[in-house]
Amino acid sequence: MSIAAETKSQVAELGEKYKYGFVTDIEMERAPKGLSEDTVRYISAKKGEPDWMLEWRLGAFKRWQAMTEPKWARVHYPKIDYQNAYYYAAPKNTPKKQSLDEVDPKLLETYKKLGIPLHEQMALAGVAVDAVFDSVSVATTFKEKLNEAGVIFCPISEAIRDYPDLVKKYLGTVVPVTDNYFATLNSAVFSDGTFVYVPKGVRCPMELSTYFRINASETGQFERTLIIADEDSYVSYLEGCTAPKRDENQLHAAVVELIALDNAEIKYSTVQNWYPGDENGLGGIFNFVTKRGDCRGKKSKISWTQVETGSAITWKYPSCILRGDESVGEFYSIAIANHYQQADTGTKMIHLGANTRSRIISKGISAGKAQNTYRGLVSVYGKAKNARNYTQCDSLLIGGDCGAHTVPYIESRNKTARIEHEATTSKIAEDQLFYCLARGIPQDEAVSLIVNGFCREVLQQLPMEFAVEAQKLVGISLEGSVG
Amino acid sequence: MLEIKNLHVAVDGKEILKGLNLSIGAGEVHAIMGPNGSGKSTLSYVLAGRAGYDITQGSIAYNGEDLAALAPEERAAKGVFLAMQYPVEIPGVTTMTFLKTALNSQRRARGESDIDAVGVLKLVRAKAKTLNVSEEMLKRALNVGFSGGEKKRLEILQMAIFEPKLAILDETDSGLDIDALRLVAEGVNALRDPSRAMLVITHYQRLLDYIVPDRIHVLAKGRIVAEGGKELALELEAKGYEHIVGQAA
Repeated sequence: MSIAAETKSQVAELGEKYKYGFVTDIEMERAPKGLSEDTVRYISAKKGEPDWMLEWRLGAFKRWQAMTEPKWARVHYPKIDYQNAYYYAAPKNTPKKQSLDEVDPKLLETYKKLGIPLHEQMALAGVAVDAVFDSVSVATTFKEKLNEAGVIFCPISEAIRDYPDLVKKYLGTVVPVTDNYFATLNSAVFSDGTFVYVPKGVRCPMELSTYFRINASETGQFERTLIIADEDSYVSYLEGCTAPKRDENQLHAAVVELIALDNAEIKYSTVQNWYPGDENGLGGIFNFVTKRGDCRGKKSKISWTQVETGSAITWKYPSCILRGDESVGEFYSIAIANHYQQADTGTKMIHLGANTRSRIISKGISAGKAQNTYRGLVSVYGKAKNARNYTQCDSLLIGGDCGAHTVPYIESRNKTARIEHEATTSKIAEDQLFYCLARGIPQDEAVSLIVNGFCREVLQQLPMEFAVEAQKLVGISLEGSVG
Repeated sequence: MLEIKNLHVAVDGKEILKGLNLSIGAGEVHAIMGPNGSGKSTLSYVLAGRAGYDITQGSIAYNGEDLAALAPEERAAKGVFLAMQYPVEIPGVTTMTFLKTALNSQRRARGESDIDAVGVLKLVRAKAKTLNVSEEMLKRALNVGFSGGEKKRLEILQMAIFEPKLAILDETDSGLDIDALRLVAEGVNALRDPSRAMLVITHYQRLLDYIVPDRIHVLAKGRIVAEGGKELALELEAKGYEHIVGQAA
C-alpha cells in the first residue's frame, strides 16, 4: 500500500478521534517574537523551573549579548536576525502521556511518513523512545523497564524539577555557559531535550532514542541534552532528526553534554536529516550544534557516530575531552552535502590523560554545488604521555561543481604521542557506474550503493536497527546527483 | 536474436566500428576474433550501452527491438549480459550485496517480485559451488583484492545467476592461467542453452579450444573481414592475423 493510501485508511479507522488535518494544523503556543530577558523568563516560567535555573539562563543571556557570531567556518549564509524568530513553541493540549495510545495520532502519522514507525520500532527493537515534538515531550515509553534498572531517561525539563542535584552537578560542566556564541544562546533559551543518568555498574538494558522534529514555522529549536554514565556503566543513545519542508531558514542550536566516569562507556549516534533546502538553495535549517563528551573517569570511553545528510548549513564538531587516564574517544562521521548545502563538521580530540587513545573516521560526500569541509583538532597535552590518535578523512566527489576541504589541526606537547593522519579524495568513477548499470542497477540506486560502500566503516558503527534507515537516507539524499 | 546491420560507432568523434554486420540466433555461440585495436571491446560496450560509444550509422536489433533505444540497465533486465574484460572494484560493497541488488533490480524492471536475502543466498550458493567461488569471496567487497581468476569466475557466476538471453564475453580468457581458463570455460559451457545466444570475444584461439563456437568472425579495423567455422581459429593461430587481414584488404 502506498503511504498516502495507508494514511487514508488509518484516518478512516480513527474516525471521530481524528479531527484535524495533517501536522501543520496542530495548535501552537508560542513565546512572543524576539529575544530579550522577558523571553528567557517566559520560557523558564512555562517550564515551571526553579529559581536557580532561571538565574543560570539569565546569566547566559547576559553573556550572549556581549558575544559575536563566529565567522571562521567555511559556510556562507545571510545574517540571522535573532529578533525575528520565536524561541519557544509547544503544541497545546499535550499533557504527559503514559502510553503511545494517548498520543495525537497525527504525530504518529508524521513519524510514519518519515519512515519512523514508532510502534514497530519499539516492538522489533525494544527501543525506548522519548519523542520530542517541537520542544515538548509527548511520549515517554519503556519507562518502567528503565526504572527497574535505575536508569533515568526523561525530558530535561522534568529532570530539572525531579533531579535538581544531578542536573546542578553536571549541567554546563562539559560545555560551559560561556563556551561559544551558539552554546551560550542555547543555555539562555533551551526549550527541552533529554536527560539520561545511568547509575554505577548498570548496563542500560536497551538502546535509548529520541526523535527531534521541527514543525512550527519560524521557530528555532534549542535542544539541550545531558547524559551521565556513572562508574562501570554503559549506555547507547540514538538521536534522529527529521524536519518537514519549509521555505524560511530555521535556526537550530543544540547543546549535548556527555559525561563518562571511571570505566563507563557512552555511545552516541546521530542521524540528522533536517530539511536541507531545495535544489536551488532556498530554505533549509541552519544547524549550529555544540556536542562534547568528557571522558572524566579512568578507562572511560565516548564514541560519536553521526550521519549528517540534512540542513542547509551544518556547523558541528562532536568532541571528546580525554581527561581520564587510558580513556578512549571515537568519532565516526558521514557528512553528505548535495545541491547548495554547506557542511563544516569534524571533531576535537583533546588528550589530557596518559595512555589516552582516539580514532577519527570521517567520510565526506559532496554533490551538486555543495561544499563539504572536515575540520578537526587533535591536541595532546604535556601530561598525556603515550597518547595515540588515528585519523582517516576520505572525501568523495560526485560531479564537477562541488567542493571537499580537509582542515586538520594537530598539536602535540608530548614527545611520546603518536598521531597518524590519512586523507583521500576520490570521485565516483564512470566505470563503477557503468558496471552497476550493465548489471541492471538503475543510476540512483547505483550511486547509493557505491556511496554506502564508501561509508561502510561508519555505517557499521550504528546500532543495527538504525543502520538500515541510515543507508536508505544516504541514497535518498543523493537522488539525481549524477545527471 | 541479435541482428547488427552496417554498424558505425564513434568514440570521442573517432570512428572505431565502420560498417559491422553480425547475426546471431538463439542457441548459437559465435566468436569474434581480432587483433588489438580492431574494435572488439567497442563492440561489447556498444551492445551493453556504455555512455560515450555513439552509434553514427546502422542498427542493432535484439529480439526485434531497437537495442540502442534502451538504457544499459533496461538491456540487462531484458537479458543482455556483458562479462567484462576488466571487472571494476567497488570498495565497501560486499559481493553478496551487489549480486542481490543487481538481481532484484532486474526482476523489478521485469515486474517480478524481489527475492529475499535468504532466497538470494541459496541461489548464489548453489551456483557458486560449481565455479569454485568461495563463501569468503562472497563476503569480500566486490572485486577488491580479487585475483584475475577470481574476478573472471565472478563474472561467470553473475551470468549463471542472471540467466541472460544474450551473453557477451569480452576477453574472458585474458589474465588466466590454464587451470583457471578451464574452470571458466566449463562454467560457460554449462550455460549453453538452446534459448541463449553467446558472443565470445577473444584475441587468442586458446579459449576456443574449450568453448567451441558455431561460427567465428574475424574483426579488423572496424569490420568483419573473414568468417567461418571453428577451423578458422586454427588457421588464424597458424598464420596470424596479418595474413587474413591482409587478404581481406
